[in-house]
Amino acid sequence: MSTQTILPVDRETVAALSSRKNEPAWLAESRLQALENAATLDYPKLEKTKIERWNLNTYGVYADAVEAKSFSDVPAEARSFLNEDGAQDMDNVLVQHNSGVVYRRLNAELAAKGIIFTDLETAVREHEALVKPYLMQALKADEHRMAALHAALWNGGAFLYIPKNVEVDIPLQALFYTDDAQATFAPHVLIVAEANSRVSYMDNYVSGQLQAPIVHNGVVEVFVKPGAKVTYASIHHLGEQATDVTFRRAIVENDGRIEWIVGEMHNGNAASETNSILQGNGSTSDAKIICVGNGEQKLNITTKAVHIGKSSDSQMITRAVMRESASSIINGITKIEKGATKANGEQTERVLMLSPKARGDANPILLIDEDDVTAGHAASAGQVNQEQVHYMMSRGISREDAENLIIRGFLAPVVAEVPNEYLQQLLKSYIERKLGQ
Amino acid sequence: MATQFVINGLKATIEGKEILKGIDLEMKGGEIHAIMGPNGTGKSTLASALMGHPKYEVTEGNVTINGEDLLEMEVDERARAGLFLAMQYPSEIAGVTNSDFMRSAINARRGEGNEISLIKFIRQMEGKMKELEMNEEFAHRYLNEGFSGGEKKRNEILQMMMLDPKIVVLDEIDSGLDIDALRIVANGVNAMRSEDRGFLIITHYQRLLNYVKPDFVHVMMQGRIVKSGGPELAERLEAEGYDWVKEELGITDETVGKDA
Ligand SMILES: Nc1ncnc2c1ncn2[C@@H]1O[C@H](COP(=O)(O)OP(=O)(O)O)[C@@H](O)[C@H]1O
Ligand SMILES: [Mg+2]
Repeated sequence: MSTQTILPVDRETVAALSSRKNEPAWLAESRLQALENAATLDYPKLEKTKIERWNLNTYGVYADAVEAKSFSDVPAEARSFLNEDGAQDMDNVLVQHNSGVVYRRLNAELAAKGIIFTDLETAVREHEALVKPYLMQALKADEHRMAALHAALWNGGAFLYIPKNVEVDIPLQALFYTDDAQATFAPHVLIVAEANSRVSYMDNYVSGQLQAPIVHNGVVEVFVKPGAKVTYASIHHLGEQATDVTFRRAIVENDGRIEWIVGEMHNGNAASETNSILQGNGSTSDAKIICVGNGEQKLNITTKAVHIGKSSDSQMITRAVMRESASSIINGITKIEKGATKANGEQTERVLMLSPKARGDANPILLIDEDDVTAGHAASAGQVNQEQVHYMMSRGISREDAENLIIRGFLAPVVAEVPNEYLQQLLKSYIERKLGQ
Repeated sequence: MATQFVINGLKATIEGKEILKGIDLEMKGGEIHAIMGPNGTGKSTLASALMGHPKYEVTEGNVTINGEDLLEMEVDERARAGLFLAMQYPSEIAGVTNSDFMRSAINARRGEGNEISLIKFIRQMEGKMKELEMNEEFAHRYLNEGFSGGEKKRNEILQMMMLDPKIVVLDEIDSGLDIDALRIVANGVNAMRSEDRGFLIITHYQRLLNYVKPDFVHVMMQGRIVKSGGPELAERLEAEGYDWVKEELGITDETVGKDA
């Protein structure tokens, strides 16, 4: 067997990307360094999944984005993911189309408070001092090959900065849209919430008609400073041609809080990790993830909390529904480091399997190096509860309707948390589509 | 046509054990029948077999509701034919709100294209909840999830009131209720009494029967109805217990289905 690794991207492409974007030297160098490292790094080790057997090579090439002068210049299909018929002009939104962000707008009132919301490429140029200390720091580029390739290739993306003590009531929103399999699609989301700030952000990863296989290699980094609170809602619904690999990391300082609400509604193979590093004392995290798999999909969904701070608290809930021949490995990892006294971590993973060929594997993993802590877990994988079906049928509801109600009910508590009515409806429609309704 | 409910020689097994050993019972609209008996005598099995719980297998006998063969029907068809069972242990279903569930059940009866309007439904549900002294929030809570024993029972009665069934079977609706809740539940039942509705009240106490006067009382032992009478039978059972019945009939162990 050959030990030489052939990378899906070459040095010239990466260098050209940096120079075309006028990137500062540190960034250009770090991209090249990451690419060099990628050759020797392994793919991430996922529980019971050999990700290296998936299609991870079709990154395409960087394609210049065409700026949209107004919201109506954004491709119509992309707009339809933002509001009814994509008709309304929108504030506080950013749209990436293939390799670059084509539209970004922040309400003047929010801008006046010092909030920054723009694409990451622009942020690197205009707010370098705010980006540099954070970029690829929650997920280090040398952690594994996917991280390295992302660090080398990322494009477009979002940068959200909330100054100290600023609270934002309206959720900010990003749309990451790909419809060209030849164009690299690797957005990086970076959120920095300064002390005692509060913000809610949500994004949606969707695709148009993809004619060939593509890899989405995405990274999300959230920095929650002391006393700050960040709510992050994300819906992934890329087409069958796309392999979706996403790493989400938050570093939470003293008394900070991160809330994750994630809908994994892809149509191709997908792996994701949603990880809260509870660095600070009294830091807390809450992760709610739902996932629906169908067709031949293979899914590996990990939720993780790393407790370092004392009295830190993590709550994790994952619910997955698998139908047809879909298979999923659902992992919950609670890691409590020595010294994280009075930490508490609770996790639940539940998988519903709707057909004999569907597979679901729920793995609760507790790694605890401190005595003075509490931790709990619950996991189950099984079929729709027939006692519940009987109860509903005894009220006149047909078996089919009863099962449908139970399946939707299984996912409902997470859907209800999405902080925007339209996105909630969208998520529901993805669920319906994936459930074959 | 006045409601007619006929159980004829019903035998049923669970996991191969015969529990019901031939039940005969005839009920008409307007009548209230009580089935009394100690624990483990097959009362809930009768209720479950009538409703069609998949664990119970009917091996003999037949049941008709207004002349239609009940046992031929699927569970949901039995409900739509007018049978309602308030269960001893109702299921909890997370993620499905009480009101969504109730509306689905009502619409299942009305059929496609004839769904109840949302506003009418809400009004109806709020009205009935008020009668049962249920807090409004119960409409939006997930079905029975985290409900106390008494709240679940009230919720069963709420469903009965909303669904307007022809034959109502109440399985231990009174257990776990304090005296106020018992009165409220009994008022709910009394409010539903009508010429075309029959009730089969399963209980092992006479308590509830002080509020809901039965026309007929049946005693169940060993998977059979061993004695029937009028309301005075319930009073005597309350005063003297079941021992005299056992003595009279020469029964030592009244339960059924225990492994030999
Ligand atoms: N789910 C079950 N599994 C096994 N045996 C059962 C089950 N339900 C009832 N039985 C048997 O049937 C008998 C009668 O139970 P049940 O009908 O619940 O009595 P009752 O309602 O009068 O207390 C029990 O003693 C038990 O032997
Ligand atoms: Mg019973």
